[in-house]
Formats: sequence, structure tokens, C-alpha cells
Amino acid sequence: MINFLKLISRNKLALFGGILLVIIFVVSFLSPLLPLKDPDVIKTSDRFLLPFSEGYLLGTDHLGRDLLSRLLWGTRLSLLVGISAALISATIGSILGTIAGFYGNKTDNVIMRIIDVLMAFPYILLALAIVAVLGPGLFNAMIAVALVNIPFFARNIRGVTVTIANKEFIDAARLSGMSNFKIIIYEIFPNILPVIVVTISTTVGWMILETAGLSFLGLGSQPPQADLGSMLGEGRSSLIVNPHTSYVPGAMIFLIVIGVNLFGDGIRDALDPRLSKGELVKPQPVTQIKLNKNVKNNSNSFLSVQNLTTAFEFDNKLHLASKDVSFDIKKGECLGLIGESGSGKSVTALSVTCLVASPPGVIVDGSVKFQGDDILKMNYEQIRELRGNKISYIFQDPLSTLHPLIKIGKQLEEAFIEHNHQKNKEATFKGKELLKLVQIPNIENVWNSYPHELSGGMRQRISIAMALTNDPELIIADEPTTALDVTVQAQILLLLDTLRKERGLSVLFISHDFGVVSQICDRVIVMYGGQIVEEGKTENIMSKPRHPYTSQLMKCVPHIGFGKRELPTISGSPPSITYKKEIGCSFSSRCLIKKDNCLNEDIKIVQKGDSEVRCLYPHE
Amino acid sequence: MDILSAYNLSKFYSKNKGLFNKQSINLRAVNNININLKSKESLGIVGESGCGKSTLAKMLAGLVTPSSGEVKIEEKDINNYKKHELPNHIQYMFQDPISSLNPRKTIYQSLAAPLKYLRKLDEKEIEKEIKTIIKEVNLKEEFLNRFPHEFSGGQAQRIGIARVLLSKAKIIILDEPVSALDVSIQSQILNLLNDLQKKFELSYIVISHDLAVIEAICDRVMVMYFGDIVEKSDAKELFQKPYHPYTNLLLKSVPKINQKMEIKNLFETELPDPINPPKGCSFYTRCENKTEKCKDSNPTETINDNRKYKCFFPNI
Amino acid sequence: MNYFIQRLLSAIPVLLGITIIVFFIISLIPGDPATAILGSYATPENVKLLNEQLGLDKGLIQRYFIWLGNLVQGDLGRSFALNRPVLDEILERFNATLILSGTAFILCSVVGVLIGTISAFKQYTITDKIITFTVLTGISLPSFFLGMMMILLFAVNLQWLPVSGMYAIYGGGDFLDLIHHLIMPAIALALVATGVVARITRNSVLEILRQDYIRTARAKGVREGNVLFKHVLRIAIVTILPILGLQAGFVLSGSVFIEIVFQWPGVGRMLVDAILKRDILLVQGGVMFVAACYVLFNIAVDLLQRYLDPRIK
Ligand SMILES: Nc1ncnc2c1ncn2[C@@H]1O[C@H](COP(=O)(O)OP(=O)(O)OP(=O)(O)O)[C@@H](O)[C@H]1O
Ligand code: SF4
Ligand code: SF4
Ligand SMILES: [Mg+2]
Repeated sequence: MINFLKLISRNKLALFGGILLVIIFVVSFLSPLLPLKDPDVIKTSDRFLLPFSEGYLLGTDHLGRDLLSRLLWGTRLSLLVGISAALISATIGSILGTIAGFYGNKTDNVIMRIIDVLMAFPYILLALAIVAVLGPGLFNAMIAVALVNIPFFARNIRGVTVTIANKEFIDAARLSGMSNFKIIIYEIFPNILPVIVVTISTTVGWMILETAGLSFLGLGSQPPQADLGSMLGEGRSSLIVNPHTSYVPGAMIFLIVIGVNLFGDGIRDALDPRLSKGELVKPQPVTQIKLNKNVKNNSNSFLSVQNLTTAFEFDNKLHLASKDVSFDIKKGECLGLIGESGSGKSVTALSVTCLVASPPGVIVDGSVKFQGDDILKMNYEQIRELRGNKISYIFQDPLSTLHPLIKIGKQLEEAFIEHNHQKNKEATFKGKELLKLVQIPNIENVWNSYPHELSGGMRQRISIAMALTNDPELIIADEPTTALDVTVQAQILLLLDTLRKERGLSVLFISHDFGVVSQICDRVIVMYGGQIVEEGKTENIMSKPRHPYTSQLMKCVPHIGFGKRELPTISGSPPSITYKKEIGCSFSSRCLIKKDNCLNEDIKIVQKGDSEVRCLYPHE
Repeated sequence: MDILSAYNLSKFYSKNKGLFNKQSINLRAVNNININLKSKESLGIVGESGCGKSTLAKMLAGLVTPSSGEVKIEEKDINNYKKHELPNHIQYMFQDPISSLNPRKTIYQSLAAPLKYLRKLDEKEIEKEIKTIIKEVNLKEEFLNRFPHEFSGGQAQRIGIARVLLSKAKIIILDEPVSALDVSIQSQILNLLNDLQKKFELSYIVISHDLAVIEAICDRVMVMYFGDIVEKSDAKELFQKPYHPYTNLLLKSVPKINQKMEIKNLFETELPDPINPPKGCSFYTRCENKTEKCKDSNPTETINDNRKYKCFFPNI
Repeated sequence: MNYFIQRLLSAIPVLLGITIIVFFIISLIPGDPATAILGSYATPENVKLLNEQLGLDKGLIQRYFIWLGNLVQGDLGRSFALNRPVLDEILERFNATLILSGTAFILCSVVGVLIGTISAFKQYTITDKIITFTVLTGISLPSFFLGMMMILLFAVNLQWLPVSGMYAIYGGGDFLDLIHHLIMPAIALALVATGVVARITRNSVLEILRQDYIRTARAKGVREGNVLFKHVLRIAIVTILPILGLQAGFVLSGSVFIEIVFQWPGVGRMLVDAILKRDILLVQGGVMFVAACYVLFNIAVDLLQRYLDPRIK
């Protein structure tokens, strides 16, 4: 709760809205205690006095009543009615929505059909019909507004409930012996509460407006009682001559609603996990580059990455995800990059062409030399020219990495058209050639399909074809087979291996699976906690790992052919990224052969046998 | 005696074609499966995504209602158990350890639920039990007052194991117990599961797509393909000599360290259409041993010294 | 095509539901129905006439079916206050409402999506801030108050535009005259909806920009302009379309107020007058008619959605 208030108050607009609301609330609810004139006393001699007239701060209306007093009383009434309507519809709507979402099937069907019918009315029509029956009056207007908004709540809450009811912890609760009723109360409700609060906070403004609207039409509060809407309605008849009778209540409605909206947005933002994760910030086309020092890179390699350090900026602190990563790839070579989740593999791969989402990503150090030019020193247009042209990518999950609404054919042609300024015909020809190359049957059919219509294996073939469009020289494949079944994986690996050999491609191949890397890579880099810990020829690393992490990891991964058994383990868990500077070996807490001096200084990479190792005591 | 058995278990998901079209589409998820689990045994079910593993497992635990067939636990049909009784006998551990914990409850609250509702213990006993079990799964007591998002996958999976153990059920279904975990954490969890099985005399049904995981903790294995069990056997024998061509393909496809795969380039990697299942063998399109016969007729289960498989031309 | 027919058929239960609600709400009016419906027009002749016409002496269910039968034949009853068939009155008025709401709807869709996208693409720039601020103000202003202020400013003080009505009383009546009269009410009506659409567009564009397939497009070297127009907007429109459907309802609702403020001769004003005069049959017919149109409109939105998003099966 305190955190929540802190979050809201950090948002200046929300704070402003909140303060505005508090002032309006306090003043209007205190109006019976304030030394105000009676709002209903008619004094025809003082008609239409302008604001700041003597004795009448805001002037008077057509009957000579004090506008200030009427305004405060009216505000009080409008707030009361609007908020009650919101609470009523939130309660009923949430109950209906929860029941429909939780029980599903018939119950859901019946409730939602009724809701659909109610939603089929533009809201005011239903409200008008209800008022028509109940007769004009403020209470009736409130009932009408509340009823009309129930479907909205019910729908929203049902949606969230369905998502939550399908979560595994609901099944877990069932298996803990909880009854449906208890599950709704103890498991579901706490999880939908934030949604209810957000929905209320974003709709209460509407409801205040809607009740004011009904009063404005003369269907809400009846004279002499006045809320803001009816004051505005009365003011309208003298709008042209005495506009102040209109803009006084109008401005108050505006202030209330803007206050509610600002504050409501603040609540929504504070409760919305997407915002705290920075998911509603536009990622730039190129990662932000803020190099601290000039890294010398004299390598003539085909691709040479030196001291590449990429960080994520949260709370104004840089959390390093990859640290001082250096490696070369030769022409036609396949380099494997292996490591556990979060070790910085993808960040490294994306940094090569500055594709790390930014914000929050920042490349803080390093140099990426590709065929002699440093990519980190290029401008956007130069980088764009490289991407999809000389350097192309294959990503992990082809369902989320292919555009869901664009036909396969169009997506295939795109990279060609963007880079060759050529017309569609050639692109189509090229695209179909590529599909043949990746052994897609029934090309015409696939060409006109959408990604969701194809199987995972087919989609990954399409991604490969897409990567090959402009005859790239370097392919960066980020776990291209992880999302696939073993048998499909085997086929894709075979395809990739054949293609790269036929075409002399250089490949940076990322995986967490030693077996997979073993199939396709010439050389391997092992990453741990954002750093390279070992590098060497594939056979060497696989048969003779030198770094304690590599050897321990290889032992503890289950391999086939050893039967039921006790597996070797690595204690503890991998480090998570932090902004803190830690001295010493990052693997020390889990290392079986650690010595005291492992923590004294940062460990340098040293040559050991045929491999390079970041360890003071590498295996012989 | 079998602690759990299932006969002719099937599940079809049906959907009406349209509002005014009473004809319905039947999607075949699990087709006529028989299973038996002995006490203190661990049985592995292996297969690719979409082959019906989880549906099968959820039917066994009573979380999904089968379209036909019956499930018996300790010789008694699960429909004859009272609703809150069943979880005392069989428990289910979910694939995603974090999402199987309510994000708005502390670990203590999540763990207390089975004790309160299943075993009806009082506050004191609950506290005692939780403190014992948390040590059993190698977690610290101070974790109890934290919320799920503060845990890593491995820790959350330990909490999941603790919750399952607290129910005192003897049968536990483990649905992909380690696939959401980091490789260096997997072996910790697998060992823990092995130890607990011995200590508490549990029976496991382990579901996984990863043959190596199955091999490491299972005594017996069933291979599933397209809603069917195509091969069952003792784990050791199965991994040494797969009979069914599909099992063989699966084993061959696993990439091994420092050993090139011997896989032929085959395009066909897809399961048949579950709405219109083929008349003959469902593995026909991908099979190396197929003949005309397999296209037209569906192989039934053959029993050949302790090995059971559904294939006309196994790799014997 | 098949789906088109199916979708039309599926509207029937909804339409029936609407008739049930409209009918039964109205029959909840306490007291003798005929007297209640006729209100101050409850002369003995009228009561008798109405009793015969609606079968008011019969049971509720039976009455519903009589009413439904008449409805299907296009007979919505007779307005006693106006002394003419309800349907004639509605049809005459609906034209005006359609012009006003239609213009406002198009305005809010086009402008809303446009400024929402711009504001997302220029996130945190001064353009974004100005748009966000304007949008926030827009959605907090009651449309009827905004309308009144516009009249004061543009019609009374500056005298650029006419105060009210749909056509000038003397002369006029042509298209230009209509546009002249339409500008203020259409803008006042569109403003709130524009704000809502712009906000949702902005958020969904930002969310889409984070998706993996946008990263793929960038990894292919697609120019930013094409990323926006070919990749982002494609998805954005699909996500915004249902919101536009909802906004149409809000615009229709708002038109009631705007019609009153600007003396626009539409259905909304007719309904409010009818309620105040307790001309129940006119209310019933009007609500029924507008709701039915809205249902049809939403079917159109649905079909468009399906056409644009092949994932929906
Ligand atoms: N967009 C992002 N915003 C914030 N942090 C991120 C982002 N992307 C990655 N990280 C963090 O950077 C670290 C390295 O992530 P990275 O994705 O490179 O790991 P990985 O080795 O590819 O892991 P996996 O095997 O899970 O793909 C992780 O701690 C991750 O949480
Ligand atoms: S440096 Fe020390 S702690 Fe680190 S891996 Fe080597 S031996 Fe272990
Ligand atoms: S029955 Fe025939 S097609 Fe099926 S697995 Fe056996 S050999 Fe292959
Ligand atoms: Mg990754």
C-alpha cells in the first residue's frame, strides 16, 4: 500500500489530480458546515449577478440564488451520485463477470448473452429507457447509470477471470482441497481486485459525467435540488446573455473529471506491470551507444567483437548483461555460443547489429568490427544497410518472430525489396527459390499462408529462408531450434549445417544445449554471468572442458544412455544481473575447486592447452 | 497390486461447427489408452508436443473428465471418491513452477492450503508440518513469508514439490518437472525427486519431452504418439533397443555430445490431423519401415517378452 | 460469405433480446398501461383505441408477441403526442442523427488513430506531450459543456458559425449550408471519442513496437517508415477496430446531448422530448430502432475485423 502511494506520487500528474480531488471532496463535503448562503433561497432582486459581486463570490443565477453555494452543494450531490453508481455497477458487474469467467460453459454462455444484449444498446438509450419508466429524478438517474455500466464491468472482469482461472495455481488450489467458492474468494478475487480498482478509477469519471448528463437533459435531479448537470442545464437557457451561470458548473465538472482521470491513470500505471517493466516505451531502431572508452580493435578478422559490454538501465543504474565480451569469427566458420538462461547470449548476439531494445539497453563499451568497419561507430542508415543484407538473424520462436498478419510470401520478399530497390517480380522469384532451398513442399500454397497456419518446423524453415534472402555473409542464429521438438530440431540442424557449408556462411550459433552445439559448430564460447569463461574448438571443449563451470555443467546435464541414476549437480543458481560491481570470479560461489584468491581480483582469460579459460585453476 | 490403473481412456474435444450447425468437430487428443502404475514405481510418458501427454495426465488426476474409459486409484474408480478425497491420493505437479503459485499469497499461505483443507490440521500443526517439509526440499525457513515472484524457477519448483508432499498423496504426476528450469538446476531437482520417492515411498508418473530426463528417473517408459501409446517397456531395455520406429527416431534425433547425428533428411515431421485421424498407422508418413499394409490397417498392441508395441514391422 | 450469413443469423438472438428488454422495461411502468402510455393524452377514446391496438387487455407474454408481430411488419405504433406513426417520425429524424454521428465517428476514428500513432512514434517529444495533454483535456470535458462554450465563442462572439439547427431558416438548405451547421456539433461530439481512440492507439502502438516480429522486421533492415506503416499499423488497426465499434456507441449516445445543445433535429432530441412528455411508444420505438442499427453496425465491424485478421477462425 505504501509502495503503491509512493508509485502514484512519483507520477506528478497523478499527484496533481489526487490533490485536486481531495480539495474538491473536502470543500464540497464540508459545505453544510461552511458559512454559505442557503442554495435554494430565491432573491429575484439579485438575478444574474456576475462573479465577484459583493456578497456573491461566483455571482447568482436566474433566480438570484448564490452560485457558490449551489456549486458546492451540487458538487457534493454529483460526486455522491456518480461514485455510488460506480460502486453499484462495479459490485454487480464484477460478481457477474467472475461467475461467468470462473464457471465457464453454460453459466458463462447465459450471462454473456445477456450482457451482449445489454451492450448492444448505446448506453444512453438504455439509460433513457430506464428513466422513461422510473420517471425523472436523481435517484432514478443513478440507478440507470449504474445499470448501464454493469455490462462493461462484467465483460472486463470476466476476461481477467478466465485468464486467471486457467492458471496452474487454480488447479493447484483444487488439488489442495479447496472448494470452488473458496477458490473464488481466496485465489481469484485477490488477483482481480487490481483490475476492478483500475476499472473503477477509469470509469468513475464517466459515470459522474453520465449522471450530470441526465440531469442536464432534465431527467436527473429535479428543481429546486440541483446537481452540476442540472445547474448547467438551467444555465443553458441564459447561455448567450449570462454565460457565467453555465461556465461555473461546467468548469467544476471539468475539474472533477480531469482530476479523476489523472488520478485514475496514476492508479492504472502503478498497477500495470507492463509499465514498470518498461514495456510501454518505444524501442529505438538502434541501441543507444554510449562508449566510455575507445576500444582498440586491430583485428582483421571477418567479424571481430572486442570488449563488448551491454547494459540495461533501470532506476538510473546500469545493470551489465554482457561484460567485456571478445571473440572473432572467421569466414565460413560456425561459432557456438553456449550458456544458461540469462547468461547474456541473446544480448551479445543482438548487440552485434545494435538490436538490443533501447531503452533500457545501452552499449557501454566495445567495438564490433565487421569486414573492417566498426558497426558501433556507424549511423542508423549504415547499420540498417547491413541488417538483413550482409548480416541476418534467425530467432528462437518463429511464431512470435514472424508477423502474424502478413502472408509468408510478402514477408519473404520484404528484405529483398528493402535492400535492392528492385521491383516485386524479382523479389517473388527470389523468395520462391529460397523456399525451394529450405525444402518447403507446396510452395504456392505456403507463399499465400499466414504463419499461424504452418507448423513450427515449417515456420523455422521460413525464417531460415528469410535470413538467406540477400545472400548474407554472417548469420546470427539465436536458439533457432529450442522451441522445436527433437525430431524437428534434428531436421532443422541438418538443413542449417548443409546450407552453411554449401554457401560458405559464417554463423554465430547460440544454444544452451551442448549436444546441439556439438552437431554444427566448429568453435565454442561458453558464457556465464555475462562473461566468456571458456573458448576453444568444439571437440576440445566437449571432450576436455578446462573451466570448472563448463566441466561441472556438462556433467550435470542429463545425457541418454546411463539409466536411472543419481546425477551430479552444481549447487546454487546462476547470478542475476546487477548494477553492483563484484570483484573476483563470478562462478566462485558454485565452484568445487575455488581457492581464497579467486575472490581477490577479476580473473583474466588465459590460454590453457588449446582453449582459453577465465579461471585461476583450470583443469589440466 | 496396481496403485493406479486406467482402462480405455479417451478424450475428444468437441466443438460445434456453428451456431446452427449441430454437427460437431471431434478433435482427438487421447485415444483408448491403458495404463497401470505399481506402488513405488516411476513411470515415464514421453512424446512430442501436442501428442496428448498433459491431457492424459490431467485425466488421471481428475482435473479433466475423460470422454470414455475409467481410472482407478487403489482399485476404486475415481468417480467414487468424494471430491475432496481424491487429492489425498493423487497430486499433480505443474510444468511452470512460478505460475502454479498464487502471485498474491505468501509461500506459507500457499503451503498451508492442503494442510487446512485436505488434512484439516490446526494452525499449530500446520506450522510444524510446513517447517519440516521446507527443510526436506532444501529451502530456508525465511522464504516462507515471501511472495512467488521473489523466487527463481528452481526454488519455485521446490516449493511446488513441498506443496505436493504436504497432501500426503502417494501418487504424484510430474508434468515436465524440469523443462522450465535452467540446465544447471535440472539435476538438483531430479535428484531431489529421486530421494523423496525413496523416503516417502511415492509413485511417480513423469511426463516429459526430454528422453534424458525420463531415463534419469524412470523405471518404466511409455512412448506416446498422436494420442496413442506406441511402445511400453522397461526403461533400460527401451533406451538400449527401441522396437517401435518412432521410439527409434526419437532416440536418434537427440543430439549427443561429440557424436554426429545419423539422421536422414526427411521433410515430414508433422502429426496427422487430429480432426480426421488416418485409417492406418498414424506414424505412417514418417516411418522408415512402412509398407502398404500400414497405410490401411492400424496395428494393435503386440506383446513380445515384456515388450509391448503397436507396429507391424518393429526394429527387432 | 458463409460466415457473413452466419454472422447475420447470429444477430437474431441479440435483436430478440433487445426487443424483450425494450418491451419489458416499458411494461414495467406502474399503473394501468394504457393510461400510463398515454399520459396526459389519456382521453377515454385514446385509451380504448390503444387497448385495441396493443391488446392491452391481454397477458404480458401475449402482448409481447403482438407487439413483436407489429414490429416485424414495421409498425411501431402511433405517437399520441405527435399524432403520427412512430416509424415515420423516427425515419425523418434518423437521417439527421446519422449525418451528425457519422461525421463525428469518421472524425474520431481517423483523427484518433492518426494522432495516437504520431504520439507513440514521437514518444516523449514535445509533440507527444502536446497531444497527450490535449487528449486528456478532451476526454475530461463534457460534450454538452464543450458545445455550449463553442457556441459562445464561435457563434456568439466571433460569429463564424451558426448558433444551432441543421439548416438556415431562411434560404440555405444546400450542402454547404449543412456543412456550415455541422462543423461545431460534429467536433463537439467527436472530441471525447477522439481522445479515447488516440489514447488506446498510442498504447497499443507502443506495445506492438516491443513485439518480437517488429524486432525481426528491423533485423531484416526494413526502414523505420515501413516498419510503422507495414508492420505496426497493420496490427494496431486490428486491435483498435473493436474499440472503434464501442466508440460508435458512445458517439450515438453523445449525440443526444449535442442534438439538444445545437437544436439538431435528430432522434436523440426526439427521445428526450418524448420522455419528458411521457410519449412512451415513441421512446420504445426510437430505442428499438437505434439499437437495431447499432447491432448491424457492429456486425459490419466484426466482419471487417475478420477480414483483416486471418487468425480469427
Ligand atoms: N529487454 C531487456 N530489458 C531488461 N533486461 C533484459 C532485457 N533483455 C535481457 N535482459 C537481461 O539481460 C540478461 C541477459 O539476458 P539474455 O537474454 O542475453 O540471456 P540469454 O543467455 O539469451 O538467456 P536465454 O537462454 O534465456 O535466452 C538477463 O539477466 C536478462 O534478464
Ligand atoms: S577462478 Fe577460482 S572460483 Fe573461479 S572457476 Fe576458477 S577455480 Fe573456480
Ligand atoms: S505399423 Fe508400419 S507405419 Fe506404423 S510404425 Fe510400424 S512399420 Fe511404421
Ligand atoms: Mg536468449
